[in-house]
Amino acid sequence: MKKVVKLENLDCANCAAKMEDGVSKISGVEKVTVSFLMQKMTIIAPEEQMEDILKQAEKVIHKVEPDVVLKL
Amino acid sequence: MNKHKKNLIRIIISAAIFLLAILLPLPNIVTLLLYIAAYLIIGYDVLWNAFRNVIRGHVLDENFLMSIATIGAFAIAKYDESIFVMLFYQVGELFQSYAVAQSRKSITALMDIRPDYANVIKDGEVKVVDPEEVMPGDRILIKPGEKIPLDGKIVVGQTSINTSALTGESLPRESLVGDEVISGCINLNGTIEVEVTKEFEESTVSKILELVESASDRKAKSEAFITKFAKYYTPSVVIFAALLAVIPPIFVPGALFSDWLYRALIFLVVSCPCALVISIPLGFFGGIGGASKKGILIKGSNYLESLSKVTAIAFDKTGTLTKGNFVVHDIVTNSVTKENLLEVAALAESHSSHPIAASIRAAFGKELSMDRIREVQEIAGFGISAIVDGQQVYAGNAKLMAEQKIEIKQLSKVKPIGTTIHVAIDGNYAGYLEIRDEIKPTSKAAIKDLRNSGVNSLVMLTGDAKVVGEAIASELSLDHAYTELLPADKVEKFEEMLAKRGEKDQLAFVGDGINDAPVLARADVGIAMGGLGSDAAIEAADVVIMDDDPQKLATAIRIARKTIRIVKQNIIFALGVKGIILILGAIGLSNMWEAVFADVGVSVIAILNSIRALKD
Repeated sequence: MKKVVKLENLDCANCAAKMEDGVSKISGVEKVTVSFLMQKMTIIAPEEQMEDILKQAEKVIHKVEPDVVLKL
Repeated sequence: MNKHKKNLIRIIISAAIFLLAILLPLPNIVTLLLYIAAYLIIGYDVLWNAFRNVIRGHVLDENFLMSIATIGAFAIAKYDESIFVMLFYQVGELFQSYAVAQSRKSITALMDIRPDYANVIKDGEVKVVDPEEVMPGDRILIKPGEKIPLDGKIVVGQTSINTSALTGESLPRESLVGDEVISGCINLNGTIEVEVTKEFEESTVSKILELVESASDRKAKSEAFITKFAKYYTPSVVIFAALLAVIPPIFVPGALFSDWLYRALIFLVVSCPCALVISIPLGFFGGIGGASKKGILIKGSNYLESLSKVTAIAFDKTGTLTKGNFVVHDIVTNSVTKENLLEVAALAESHSSHPIAASIRAAFGKELSMDRIREVQEIAGFGISAIVDGQQVYAGNAKLMAEQKIEIKQLSKVKPIGTTIHVAIDGNYAGYLEIRDEIKPTSKAAIKDLRNSGVNSLVMLTGDAKVVGEAIASELSLDHAYTELLPADKVEKFEEMLAKRGEKDQLAFVGDGINDAPVLARADVGIAMGGLGSDAAIEAADVVIMDDDPQKLATAIRIARKTIRIVKQNIIFALGVKGIILILGAIGLSNMWEAVFADVGVSVIAILNSIRALKD
């Protein structure tokens, strides 16, 4: 399934690239793109793992930029 | 107070203190305190973020590198440079943030086609609901000035509709009962009742939004390159900086540690790949956004890249270069008047739903009295037999005439190049109607524009008869027409062309997306025309031209080339300046003022350059 998450306060383009890199390493993630301009992240992963993946993704994102707020 | 204003005030205060410290003849210790104050005012957030990130195990981010560089400069008593670097960095960040906010705003404006509500009519009452709650079959009311929330058909009322948000076409579309309306367009002057035909998710507006939003997910080669480059650039520069600070003072006789440390700090200042990381995607986004403002949807940055390299285009004919609506072009008669022949043919064809029959009835244009005709028989692949005003009439192709043993007389020296409908009355050949598909008014100019922009091979692939296809190809001055192709032949012909193209050339196919999906899929760039209202076209193609104007092809190529040019300029400019500063810095010929320009200044210039892609 595909999930789009809004990333508020995403202010640094290089961080977006780092987030994308980090989230793509979470197991189960088939594809992820972080768009700095649209301030959103699109994850493609199996439905049953999605909830877990989102939790881990939040951790990865906060490690890169602590001020980012994830909104489903 | 917004973030930008707050930062601006901070920059001004810090700069003022900085100037005081430089200009006033104060005791050394006071000057130093002023320097520290200026530094902390301008840099406290950078220092704090750096500290916080290091705690989280995240070194090598921008904040950290800036902190180390400026603290280092402070430590070797280069106070003014340290503060200037921080000041300039913040000015740059402010600019950057402003430019990004601005482009985000223009992108959202572009996306402003999403309808917020729908007025549903239920049991005679009008209720305002979310468009997602409306089901196909429901009736909705659309008042003047409102956005059309879902695709549907007008059942009551008439109006004109502004489609410009989707097509870039400013001329409103007149719509009557029975006409389809497309979500995302604006109802201008009449109140209409619409029967919804598609749920919101399936409606045009949702499809377009989805497409534009996810366009940046398909990355171009140059974008992928930058992402990879950014990953290795910072660590390499930092490692090099560390070596530069440590090794020469140990091994080079007489080398001063502070001198080499200064050189290393210059490296740290230019170690962020920000200029590229922001400006390249922004450029692509701008190109895609600018194109969609003109009614051209490009499904990904990669297609923008291919589009810029297109050197050959194969066109479908019907619906692409021609309107796909047939008109009676000529009437040639033997024994009766033209008006008479047309009337007889229109009567004979009055029951047929074939587009050719419709064109004959449209040409006649008057009411047809049904009691004048009897015994109508449609003979598939041949034509029609009927009794009109008591006379036996045959209307159809040459095969029909041959079957009825009616001799076709050569009535004109010019061989008809359209579809010919022969008419025989009471066993005698009466004449024929020549029916042609109309070439779109802009097709000729479109081909010319493409040639002028360097697309040098333009051919047509059509299922139509040789005479018809070749006549149109020569009128439009195409290089070649491949005619009488069955759908499978089209694919085969196109694959031959693909095999023959040069390594760097990209071959595009332009079709209406209805029955040429296999060819669209094989093309380097598949372009569908007339996407408005046709899901098939939107799905199948890489680039969708929303209205059916072939002149937009040259526009699309122009936008693509401009975008790629901007992206290349930015890559060369940013890498060039950084490279020069790194080299000069290593041999001691550059200073921090220049380094901070190479970092933030270049970033701002690259962003400003990228914003050009959005504006045409």
